[in-house]
Parts: sequence; C-alpha cells; structure tokens
Amino acid sequence: MSMQKRWWRRAHLEESLFGVLMRLSAVVLVLALAGILGSVLVRGLPAMSWDMITKAPEGGFYLGGGGGLLNAILGSLYLAGGGTVLAFLVSLPIALGLNVYAPSSRWATFTRLTLDVLWGVPSLVYGAFGFLIMISMGMRASLGAGILVVSLLQIPIMVRGMDEVMRLIPSGQKEAAFGLGATKLEMARAVVLRQSLPGIFTAVLLAFGRGIGDAASVLFTAGFTDRIPTSLAGPAASLPLAVFFQLSSPFPEVRARGYAAALILTVLILIVSGLSRALARRLSRNVVN
Amino acid sequence: MKLSLAGSRSALRRIFSDKLAARSFLLAASLPLLLLLLMAAALLFRTLPIFQFVSPWEFLTGDLWRPSQGEFGLSTFISGTLWVTLLALILAVPPCIFASIFLVEYARRGTLRGILPAIDLLAGIPSVVYGVWGLLVVVPLVPRLGQFLRGVFGDLPFLTSSNPTGFSILAGGIVLAVMISPIIVSITVEVLRTVPQGVREAALAVGATRWQAIKHAVLPNALPGIIAAAVMGLSRAFGETLAVMMVVGNTPAIPRSVFDPGYPLTALIANNYGEMMSIPRYDAALMGAALLLLVVVIIFNVLSAMVLARLGQEVSS
Repeated sequence: MSMQKRWWRRAHLEESLFGVLMRLSAVVLVLALAGILGSVLVRGLPAMSWDMITKAPEGGFYLGGGGGLLNAILGSLYLAGGGTVLAFLVSLPIALGLNVYAPSSRWATFTRLTLDVLWGVPSLVYGAFGFLIMISMGMRASLGAGILVVSLLQIPIMVRGMDEVMRLIPSGQKEAAFGLGATKLEMARAVVLRQSLPGIFTAVLLAFGRGIGDAASVLFTAGFTDRIPTSLAGPAASLPLAVFFQLSSPFPEVRARGYAAALILTVLILIVSGLSRALARRLSRNVVN
Repeated sequence: MKLSLAGSRSALRRIFSDKLAARSFLLAASLPLLLLLLMAAALLFRTLPIFQFVSPWEFLTGDLWRPSQGEFGLSTFISGTLWVTLLALILAVPPCIFASIFLVEYARRGTLRGILPAIDLLAGIPSVVYGVWGLLVVVPLVPRLGQFLRGVFGDLPFLTSSNPTGFSILAGGIVLAVMISPIIVSITVEVLRTVPQGVREAALAVGATRWQAIKHAVLPNALPGIIAAAVMGLSRAFGETLAVMMVVGNTPAIPRSVFDPGYPLTALIANNYGEMMSIPRYDAALMGAALLLLVVVIIFNVLSAMVLARLGQEVSS
C-alpha cells in the first residue's frame, strides 16, 4: 500500500514538474520571439520616413546626410525575384523527375539526401563558391552573379517544398490517369501539377523569402552600391547588408537607419508570408481530395 | 485510313514527348548532385595550394593565424564555431522539445492553431534581424548576467571572464538559439502530431499519468523526427554568418568562458574576403575554411540519415 502511495506521489511530482517546465519553455519562447518583432518595431519606426523607401542615398548618407534605402530595397527585390525565377525553372523539373519518372527508386532517395545536404550548406559557402566561379570567369561583383548564387541557394528549398506535396498525392489518382491511357507526362500535367499547385506556390514564396533575407551569399557576389541597380553587370545593394553596414557605423543617425532597414526587411517578409498563405488557400480550391 | 493515320501520328507524338520529358526530367534530377560535387571540387581546387605550405593537420590544429607572415592555423576559429554552435543547441533543443510537447499534448487546439502560423512566420525572418535583436537586447544583458553569476557563485569554470562587454560566445549562442527555435518547434510539433492517438491511449489505459504516457510511449516514437529537427537547427546555427558576427566579438583567441569573445569560421571568411586576393595564399586558406564548413555539413547530414534509417526501422518493428 505504501509503495503504491509512494509511486503515486512520485508520478504526481514528475507530472507537475514537467508541466511547469513545459509551460515555462513555451512562455519563454513566445516572449523571445515577440521581443524580436517588438525591438525591431520600437527602434525602426522612429527612423522611418517616406524618404527611406522612395529615395536612394544622397551625398553624405553614411554620415547622417539625406536620402533613403531605395537602392537596397530594389536590389533585394531584384536579387530575390531573379533568383526565384531561375530556381523555379530548375526546381520544377527536378521535383517532377523525382515524383513522376523515378518514384521510390534508390536514385530518388539519394537525390533527396543530396538536397537535404544542399539545404544545410551555409549560404556563406554558396557565396564563396559563387565568388570562385565569378573570378574564374573574369566577372566582377554584379547583380547577375548575385542572382545566380541566390538561385542556387533557393533550389534545395524549392525542390524540397514541391517534393513534399507531390509525395502526398494518392497513388490511386495517378493510376486513374494511367488507366485512361495517359502517358506519364500527361499524368504529371493533369494530376501532379494540379494537385500540388498550392504547395508549389508556397515553396516558391518560401524560397523568395529566404532569398530576400540572405546576406552571406550576396556579400561576395553582388557587392554593394548607393545607386539603384540598372544592369545585370553592375553591383547591387541588398537590405540585409544595408542593415549590417549601417549598424557598424559610429553615428547614431546612421545606426537608426539600420533599424529602419531591418523593419523594412521584416515587413517585406511578413507580406510575402501573408501572400503565400492567402494564395495557398485560394488555389487549394482546385485540389481534388 | 486517314483517321487512324492521324491517330497513330498523334500517339507517336505523345510517346515522343513523354520520352523527351523523361530524359530531361531525370537529367534535371541529377543537377543537385552535380552542384554539390562542383562546389566541393571548386573549393578543394582553390584550397590545395595551402597544403604545399602547411600540412592539413597544421592547418586544422595550428593556433597561429598571421596571413601576412604565412602562418595559417584554424583552431581558434574552429573552437569559436564549436562553442557557439554547441551553446545554441544546448539552449534551444530542450526548451523547444518541452514547448512542442506542451503545444501538442497539453494546450487547447485553438492555442496550437494560433501559435503555429506565428512560429512558421518567425522561421522566415531573416537572420540579420535576429542579429539586430541580439545587438539591442542580448549584448547589453550579458555582462549583467555575468556579474550576477559571479556575485552568487564566485568564480566558476566556463563562466568567469574579464571581458567587460557583452560581445561574447554567450550572446552568439543565445541569438542562434532563438533563431533556430522556430525551425525546431515547427518540425517537432509536426512529428508529435503524427504519433498515433492509440499509442497515448494504450499507455493511459494501463494507468500511466499524462507525462508518463508522453515519456514512455510518445517520445520514443517521435525520437527520429526530433533528431532530424535538431540536425536541421544545427546546420542553420553552424553556418550562420551575419547574425553571429554582429554579437560575438570577433576576437581571435580561444575562448575560456562563455563570457569571452570568440571568432567563428564564418565570421573569419566574411570579414576577410575583401583582402584575401592581396596576400599570398590567403585566398587558399579562406577557401579551405569554407571547404571545412561544407565537409562538416555533409558529414552531419549523412550521419543523421543513417541514424534515422536505423531508428525508423526499430520504431516500425
């Protein structure tokens, strides 16, 4: 009897101890994450102005002079946008190849492992690789080189995202298409693409978000400039680097603009994320369950 | 006759385009491997010249880094990376697992549905923003924490430092821990939700308390997924550059305490790529550091894939 009692007491103690630990962890996590958004908002908002998002830096910008961050905003959009288009053109065939032409083969398993490795490769390493390719071809840091490296970085993210939804398609649907005499290509278009469309859009926007927020890869390859990028051969600024460079300034006015740049970057990401959610919901109407 | 000819021609066209698509899609599917091999080969090719000068062993374990005098030893930077990454994992993994268990097993459905999108959103926030938060919030707090610990416990190993600023291994570890926690929580929650309800019910039916059911029935089933989540967090923390650079101090000395500044490999590469072409063999040494990062990431992933394959078999049997 007393042994049973002791057992119960221990079980209760353990239960309440871990209950407290779990709740504490959840609260700390939520607070830390809210703190991030809060601190960027609190420090970024006072430095925000219309000029920040409509003007490129003017003379003496890095000493506290006039102008804004349009160079970095457009640069980031070009880098991430161009990279996303290139990455999409490569990623969709890879995902279809994995799911339509080589499903459940050893080759597909191996390719998925390779993609996992590429997903984990630090963006700095992509940057260093891009830099080596760039100098071996005699190119200089440019928007074009930046777009190429960003697209390489995005490919594993995009393929994994597409692959995940394509693998969930019930095999019965594919067999139904084959039963009607469809070739694999026709089946891919009629079943796989249509059923995974919301997932494909989510994957594309996720990759766009990673592209716009990444700094280490473009640090080597896109360079930085105060001018708004006009050609693929010229350098391009980006928001994460604008944050980084301005925060290392000794002038408080310039550092404040770094916070503003971080706020702009965060808002862009929030917009992309909201867009992806809305699109996914809209497109999932076409999906047959 | 005409009809059937047209029919067969269109059938031929369909088969032809299918064959063409098969070739090109399978070719496309070999691109990831090609990219990985090309990356490793390019970095290795640029690294090799350094080994005519220092042996690979010296390169990895030497602690002198004076490029202008031809001394290249990475151990200071390797230890910086190890410290920051380990600290981030220790700080992030247990709370993330607890929080995920709470969300899936204890919290109301509505709470989970409200928090999950926010977690996914935070996983997408660029690392530089986490760095800004570190600079604003974590760095000022770290010295106070150090003073407090010293006041309460006196001198402790790994916790005592003469560094007066907050730019430290600990600041880097905290920033990375918070940065990877949305990824870890989001995967762990997903994994816990796939554990069948029957597993919990069976444990509860033989008299287990809720926590006992989780400890003995749910967690063993979810272990492979939790390991995968931790490895993903690990890769992110290990290779992070800007967010760490902003708070870690970038002082090339082997840290003795979490309050000491450190200098991770990624920061070394990012800080010095600009001048690497002007000093002989400097570029080879920095590309060697990048190659090291690549090799370690490959090893992590292959090991975790092997562990997962084994655990997956055990759980399913």
